[in-house]
Amino acid sequence: MPSQKKNDIAIRMEDVGIEIDGELDSGSEGKNRKAKASPRAGGRNGKPATTEDEEEEEDQDEAPRKRARKKKASAQDSEEEEEEDDRSVKRKGTKAAGRKKKAVKEEEEEEEEQGKKKKGGKGDAKGKGGKEKGNGKDKKKKNGNSSSSGESGDEDSLSEGEMTSLKEEVEEKKKLIATLRNKPWRMKRRLKLLKECQAFVEEFEGALGKGKGRKLYAYKVMMAKKMIKFNRDFDNFKTACIPWERKIKEVESHFGSSVASYFIFLRWMYGLNLVLFAFMFGLVVLPEVMMGLPYGSIPRKTVPRAEQDRAMDISVLLDFGGYCKYSILFYGFYNDERTIGVLQFRLPLSYLLVGLGIFGYSLMVVIRTMARNSDEGGDGGDDGQFTFAFKMFTSWDYLIGNPETADNKYASITTSFKESIVDEQENQKDENIHLRRFLRVLANFLILCSLGGSGFLIYFVVKRSQEFANLDQDELSWFEKNEVEFVMSLLGLVCPPLFETIAELEEYHPRIALKWQLGRIFALFLGNLYTFLFALFDEVNAKLEKEKSIRNATIWGLNEYYSNYSSYHNTTDIPPPDIHPADVIRGPCWETAVGIEFVKLTVSDIQVTYMTILIGDFLRAMIVRFLNYCWCWDLEAGFPSYGEFDISGNVLGLIFNQGMIWMGAFYAPGLVGLNVLRLLTSMYYQCWAVMSCNVPHERVFKASKSNNFYMGLLLLVLFLSLLPVVYTIMTLPPSFDCGPFSGREQMYNVVMETIENDLPAFIGNIFTYATNPGLILPAVLLMVLAIYYLNATSKNYQNANLELKKKMQMARDEEKNRRNNKENTNQVMQDLEDLLPNRSLLPPAAEEEKPPPEIVLEKGSKSPKVAKRPGAAANGKGVNIQKDVSLAAPNPKAAVTHPPGPRGPSGNARGPPPGPARGRGRGTPPSRR
Amino acid sequence: SLKSLIILFDIESGYYPVCTSDILQVQLSFPPPRLFDRYRDLAPQLVPLDYTDQPDVRLPYELIGSMPELKDNPFRQRIAEVFSEDGEGNMTLDDFLDMFSVLSEMAPRDLKAYYAFKIYDFNNDDFLCKSDLEKTLNKLTRNELTEDEVRMVCEKVIDEADLDNDGRLSLEDFQHMIVRAPDFLSTFHIRI
Repeated sequence: MPSQKKNDIAIRMEDVGIEIDGELDSGSEGKNRKAKASPRAGGRNGKPATTEDEEEEEDQDEAPRKRARKKKASAQDSEEEEEEDDRSVKRKGTKAAGRKKKAVKEEEEEEEEQGKKKKGGKGDAKGKGGKEKGNGKDKKKKNGNSSSSGESGDEDSLSEGEMTSLKEEVEEKKKLIATLRNKPWRMKRRLKLLKECQAFVEEFEGALGKGKGRKLYAYKVMMAKKMIKFNRDFDNFKTACIPWERKIKEVESHFGSSVASYFIFLRWMYGLNLVLFAFMFGLVVLPEVMMGLPYGSIPRKTVPRAEQDRAMDISVLLDFGGYCKYSILFYGFYNDERTIGVLQFRLPLSYLLVGLGIFGYSLMVVIRTMARNSDEGGDGGDDGQFTFAFKMFTSWDYLIGNPETADNKYASITTSFKESIVDEQENQKDENIHLRRFLRVLANFLILCSLGGSGFLIYFVVKRSQEFANLDQDELSWFEKNEVEFVMSLLGLVCPPLFETIAELEEYHPRIALKWQLGRIFALFLGNLYTFLFALFDEVNAKLEKEKSIRNATIWGLNEYYSNYSSYHNTTDIPPPDIHPADVIRGPCWETAVGIEFVKLTVSDIQVTYMTILIGDFLRAMIVRFLNYCWCWDLEAGFPSYGEFDISGNVLGLIFNQGMIWMGAFYAPGLVGLNVLRLLTSMYYQCWAVMSCNVPHERVFKASKSNNFYMGLLLLVLFLSLLPVVYTIMTLPPSFDCGPFSGREQMYNVVMETIENDLPAFIGNIFTYATNPGLILPAVLLMVLAIYYLNATSKNYQNANLELKKKMQMARDEEKNRRNNKENTNQVMQDLEDLLPNRSLLPPAAEEEKPPPEIVLEKGSKSPKVAKRPGAAANGKGVNIQKDVSLAAPNPKAAVTHPPGPRGPSGNARGPPPGPARGRGRGTPPSRR
Repeated sequence: SLKSLIILFDIESGYYPVCTSDILQVQLSFPPPRLFDRYRDLAPQLVPLDYTDQPDVRLPYELIGSMPELKDNPFRQRIAEVFSEDGEGNMTLDDFLDMFSVLSEMAPRDLKAYYAFKIYDFNNDDFLCKSDLEKTLNKLTRNELTEDEVRMVCEKVIDEADLDNDGRLSLEDFQHMIVRAPDFLSTFHIRI
């Protein structure tokens, strides 16, 4: 048995490689180098015995040696335990069990040394060097460079072979220094090792003519460190630059990523609107203010005489009449001069291009964001293999050093666990699929019914209101006048909760349920939009009629004036009629009217939203909170309770609001600025509201990683709002006396004018060709083909992706199986080994096989693969089970042929070998100390 | 000398040199011996300025755990226990340096993983078993999850990371899992 024992140790040493070396090093200072070098030049360290550390070494070596014979059994301890014990050895002399093994090893090594000593002819020289180093710190410190130079003088006489071996040794030391940080050793030990290695390298590098680059190296390292620090700071700075990041994180930590996704969307929207505002303000509003004619100079920039009395009344201003109407905010204020100011700024052209550019930019940004989001991919629930493990082991940020952040972190970790749990529960749910399907169909049917009903109701009401419009206004009651608005808001109030109730039938995952809810309410709101646009076009048509007559009258009046003037003064040099701008007759200017409608709508929307939050959330929370002290039932747990954050309503509100902005921006340039203010305030306001008055959802769920559903809705709304604007620009004639396009047949004529007048002729030609239907049609065709092609390829990629994912999953399973198998076969071999006759020489099995008490293998019922390893040796049953398992595995034979020796990847050279001695020595006592 | 100090500095990730008594003697101000100062500030009356004769000073866990860097950490006690030599959280200067060296930004992943494993291994049996996971989870969520949820999460964790199907996580399993974690390195570190 002793021979077997030794063999075992040898194998172990091979396994652990450098680690063991290191371990021996720590035993005593004097032996460090020797041990380090042992694999290659074990016997070199001839006379370590003369060092100061001798006594220590001696007592470490000898005392344990005696005991080692007695209880070799307990030598099989985990690596790290040994190492710890090493320390304690140094401290307290004799104590722990792990030392014995070390002692054995050292002993062995000494034997080796003895053998080699004879060979090493020049061992003395090296021994001297080592000795000197071994002498410790004080000497090193004093001597420093001088000693090394002295050494190098000695070393000059070394032979070639010695030089190379020395070189190797130095290299090895260097390697050790470099990897020292990776070793999970105690600081004290590392320190000692480091010092020795360093001293060694310092001494002998000189001999080998190296070490010149150290300064450079140190400098490089320092720079690298500075770089890291800089990058870190820069990252922090970048994070600090993202507006409201902390606010949103806070909301996220308490309410989950789904609520946070709304705020992220809001922030994104704010960014978009800021850019739109910059366009509008910089290219349209600012030039007009700086270089255009001032207020009161021409009729369109003056409040008409009739309105002037009430132009500053607050009620009028709140309706965006009076001075507001004739201000920079609206279309009508802008002059139609082709160029303004010294810069010859072409304002009308700029107005048109910005109006269209807003759409172009928005489209581009939305689509780009969608593409990028889908790139990040994922529909919420990440399908990574370590979702929960990562959450458990890496979610706490050790950097957190302030209680408030810590609170938030706790909340967010809890929330994220809950989110994942919800996902997991959904994954595991599989009940009556038929019933579920039936319920879903039923729910969709119900919702379609209610959507159809409300659509018909809207249609009916609008139709009626048109009839009412033809009647005399005085005969109508208040209700009849406001019927449309009333019905609309009623629907908006009743339908969403109704949908939500119906949706509960479907039992979707909350994330998918949110999508459905969003889609349904979106369809409902489309009715809203439809009625609004319908009414608006009626109004515009009426205004156009009215304008036509006024325009004719004006032209007629002017003609009269000119003929009168020329006949009276008998001159052709006629000055324009001298009328005060406020008195000029003007048309209704339908563009401004449309703009005012949109602004009004936006403002009322803001009011409603804010009031809803104030009453529906804040007041409710107040009542629930404070009336609870004197109420018959528990308000907090019972009926009213606190509100939840209404994600779908808020998101849709935001989306439709943005639609209003897009539609209205062309007619009311000030609208964008207004919207920026709105988004800014609502960010703070809603953050506050949600944090102070709302409670998290009952089932906190993870938002889909890409906000692409929101984006898709936004894109739809963008498209819908693009249509009416482009329609009006392309077909309706602009008002004759207001706005930048007055006097032209069509708004887009500005572009034609520019091409004709300002650009070289050939561009005009190109333009004509480009607008030729013969060219446009093929272009469209080409695009369709391209879309088809790209679509097909993307589908292919998707399929390939899925395939790969499947393969990965399979590979993972396979790996698991294989490992399992190996363990099992090893287990089998182990058991066989245990049955061998010389087993009696092994340590008593009872002591070693005792399983740690905490381990409860309740998984056994779930997967039969689980081998009860701890008890496997004791009962024969375990073997049988494992056999079954190995038969079930894909390739049992390959696994069986594996030798039972050193197990799997435990031979890697990092840290302590994980789970050392799986089989026999695994029985680490549960408590270390 | 300065040169060797720089190398020391390099190797022990900026935290190291302060601990060696000789450097304290040399009274070098580069890099600033912050860590030693921090250690000493915890108990100026206990910790001597001069470490030449290797005084055996231990600061009790109460002092270590009250450091601003640690006091909000749910695992502070475990950290202190793992890094302290006596296993009870009472730290010598070397332990202290050890701790911050491992938790420093420069420490390699494997080393961090090893110590993370030890930290989460509450009962010191070299395996993360269910009870360890439950303790970890309860510390992370401040007992906000229900028992069912806790059990489910623990089962899932073992299911995900347990490669050899023994119903608990060995260091090997843990390392295999943690090297794939995207933000393990960035979260498992303490700046001081």
